[in-house]
Amino acid sequence: MSIKKVNPEQPKTFEFNEKTKNIAQEILKKYPEKNKKSAVMPLLYLAQKQNNNWIPLAAIKYISKYLSMPYISVYEVATFYSMFNLSPVGKYFIQVCTTTPCMIRGADKIVKVCKEKISDKENQISKNGECSWTEVECLGACVNAPMMQINNDYYEDLDEKSTAKIIDSIFKDKLLKPGSYRGRKNTSPENVKTINGTEHA
Amino acid sequence: MPKIIVNGKEIEFQSGMTVLQACELAGAEIPRFCYHEKLSIAGNCRMCLVEMDKSRKPIASCAMPATEGMSIKTNTEMVEKARKGVMEFLLANHPLDCPVCDQGGECDLQDQSLYYGVDKSRFSENKRYVSEKYMGPLIKTQMTRCIHCTRCVRFATEVAGVPEIGAIGRGENMEITTYLEKSMESELSGNVIDLCPVGALTSKPYAFSARPWELKKTESIDVLDAVGSNIRVDTYGWEVKRILPRLNEDINEEWISDKTRYSCDGLLKQRLDTPYVKKNNKLIKSSWDEALNVIIKKFNETENSQIAGHIGDLVSLETTLAFKKFFELLGSNNLEFREKNFYINSEDKMNYLFNSSINGIEKSDLILLVGCNPRHEATILNARIRKAFRNNKTSIFSVGDPGDQTYEYKIIGDNTQTIKDIIEEKHEFNRVFDTAKKPLIIIGESALELNSGGFIFEELKNFLYQKKLISEKWNALNILIQNASTVGALDLKIIDKDKNNFEFFNNIKNNKFKILYLLNSDNLKLKKNNEFIIYQGSHGDRGAEIADVILPSAAYTEENGFYENLEGRVQECRKASYPAGEALESWKVLNKLTNAYKNKNLFNSFNTLRDEVLEKIVNFESLNKLPKYKEPSKKVYNNFEKESIYINPIDYYFSNSISRASKVMSECRDIKLKYKKSGTNN
Repeated sequence: MSIKKVNPEQPKTFEFNEKTKNIAQEILKKYPEKNKKSAVMPLLYLAQKQNNNWIPLAAIKYISKYLSMPYISVYEVATFYSMFNLSPVGKYFIQVCTTTPCMIRGADKIVKVCKEKISDKENQISKNGECSWTEVECLGACVNAPMMQINNDYYEDLDEKSTAKIIDSIFKDKLLKPGSYRGRKNTSPENVKTINGTEHA
Repeated sequence: MPKIIVNGKEIEFQSGMTVLQACELAGAEIPRFCYHEKLSIAGNCRMCLVEMDKSRKPIASCAMPATEGMSIKTNTEMVEKARKGVMEFLLANHPLDCPVCDQGGECDLQDQSLYYGVDKSRFSENKRYVSEKYMGPLIKTQMTRCIHCTRCVRFATEVAGVPEIGAIGRGENMEITTYLEKSMESELSGNVIDLCPVGALTSKPYAFSARPWELKKTESIDVLDAVGSNIRVDTYGWEVKRILPRLNEDINEEWISDKTRYSCDGLLKQRLDTPYVKKNNKLIKSSWDEALNVIIKKFNETENSQIAGHIGDLVSLETTLAFKKFFELLGSNNLEFREKNFYINSEDKMNYLFNSSINGIEKSDLILLVGCNPRHEATILNARIRKAFRNNKTSIFSVGDPGDQTYEYKIIGDNTQTIKDIIEEKHEFNRVFDTAKKPLIIIGESALELNSGGFIFEELKNFLYQKKLISEKWNALNILIQNASTVGALDLKIIDKDKNNFEFFNNIKNNKFKILYLLNSDNLKLKKNNEFIIYQGSHGDRGAEIADVILPSAAYTEENGFYENLEGRVQECRKASYPAGEALESWKVLNKLTNAYKNKNLFNSFNTLRDEVLEKIVNFESLNKLPKYKEPSKKVYNNFEKESIYINPIDYYFSNSISRASKVMSECRDIKLKYKKSGTNN
């Protein structure tokens, strides 16, 4: 993981729309007036949601004014957390976990598939503009390694074949079901259908 | 007082101290990078690890509050090992480029790795590289060297009050930068260079020009504003290479302003190194004899009352007195030192001083600014106001709009009527003011320049006196003087207290003078008519431009001299270098002129002149000390006029002849003007 690149092309202005503004006001109510800058992370997330899953610099300025904070402080937070995107991502945003457990179970093969199918480098949008991928640190699903996250869902127990299938489905704009791709239910043990004689849920 | 045991030795410490401070009291030296007395505690470099009983792990002494009965060890094997480990980690990603690094020789990392580090590295992987960051014309960055102590970040946010530096990214990819690599918009930005314990932030103008051990160091004071910051002048041969701050808790703490620090390249440029005489409307290089003869001829032709003298902003006490004596010899009393006709009552010493003292600002709980912009008029003093605002939540009010001051304040009015209302206790502000225990009022030159300047000053003084806020214990009356020469000139009675306050300016306006002697004076606004102008000074600036004869003299780093700062402290400015070419020290020039004119000495030696100066200073206590308190006299002033208070903007980076000659200062100024035009600053 390297430092996040800020997109060279930036929209000139950014403003919360009516809906987001209402949510933002609700969030602000959770904090006392003098500590309102605590709301910086939820607001950055709101801005990201409103703006096709990435945060433009205009939004950083907008939020810093919204919370009376210095620009640099909001910028610090936005660059610190890997879940804030500072340049555009695809409609389908794939995050491949490459931390140790996933790595041991073959995350590099998934990365290879992503490189072949989507784009050479991470954070590059695919030719059809639908999809981009990035490597991330542990997503907390080690027991189902290797895995990746597409938008809000986890795709687990992957191998090259299943990854390719999922990415193909993205290109057809018909995303396959999330979950295990080796027929496991949740995190149940492999090849064991029953626990204590009963079928597990 | 609670007690702590350091290396088996029991010592007393003040409660609230950290373990590191207590260890220092005990004489145990603790290495550190991120800890700095004037900044908040970060605790992120881990260099200050020490052993504490009841703790199996070493503790970061800078962040651990000292408590009664604690037993600390700083010389055990565990501590040594911890330091070595931390040092190895710090050096893992630090480039070993000391031979090409400007910090070499005064680098904390270099010194401490010698004393506490190991001589080998087990890190065989590639070192990281961080791209250089742009931080403006003053700060050169080499961010690969950064060890992330965050001193610069804390300084910018806390002391300078411009939160523009921050750490972006995380882990190995953490980088220190300004927001989108803009230049830092602060008059104190140069201090991050001193704070940086490694060579990540170094001085851009000084880059690759000298090594610290080759420089001659002279302890001196700054005269480019009236604060009198303590500085160290580093010279290499004749050249002043750089100027650094010296610790003085009473005045500048550890900081100096960018103007103080970076104007020094102006000392090498635009210098007057030989006398000039105007012939056929052109200034021609000349000799001392010729120049003096031209002047003497002119003196003989002119009536005494038509000769006038103006003392500039950088003139020392000795030169001021010599100049006064010279004019006494000429039989003229047309002397002035103000650049603008602001009201001043020189009867009491407190009438032109910052009486609460710079240290006193921290004790204050309410500050009222009247027509002044301390950020530009006295940057270091403004840093103190910010400190009071941050630490004590001092509430700050202003009459007139001074613009961004790096702290929050409330504007309570923009015209003189507001002040009249306050004096008559009719203003809302009075209720707040009456609740304050140690309020202080700072009156700027812009307010005194108004037609009702006299009213503002005298009536505010009476108002404070009635409220018992002018006493030996607490004096709330403060005048913010802008020039280093002003307080001294007032003490040496350059302007007569009986004389009309603005006679000189009226005469200049009406071109009543035939000869005008400008002593290092470049900021006086005048329309030249037929006057014969003698300019004595160090730089070819505004004064020299209009002069008929130029007498070259020394700049402030090239002669000894006393200066009185805005609090009334007499401090010594020391000679670090030599005057350029044929130029002479200012007092020598005056002596030479008298010698040629009247065939006698103005004074016998510099020391006799110096003694006379100290005798003449009003309420003088001793060098570097505040003056004694004396009960003020009372004066009623009824000349009130309702007018708006406009704070004269100061061309901060261009306010004196040395700064105007400096290339660095003009770069700073260009950037500032550009920001203003594009309106991107907030």
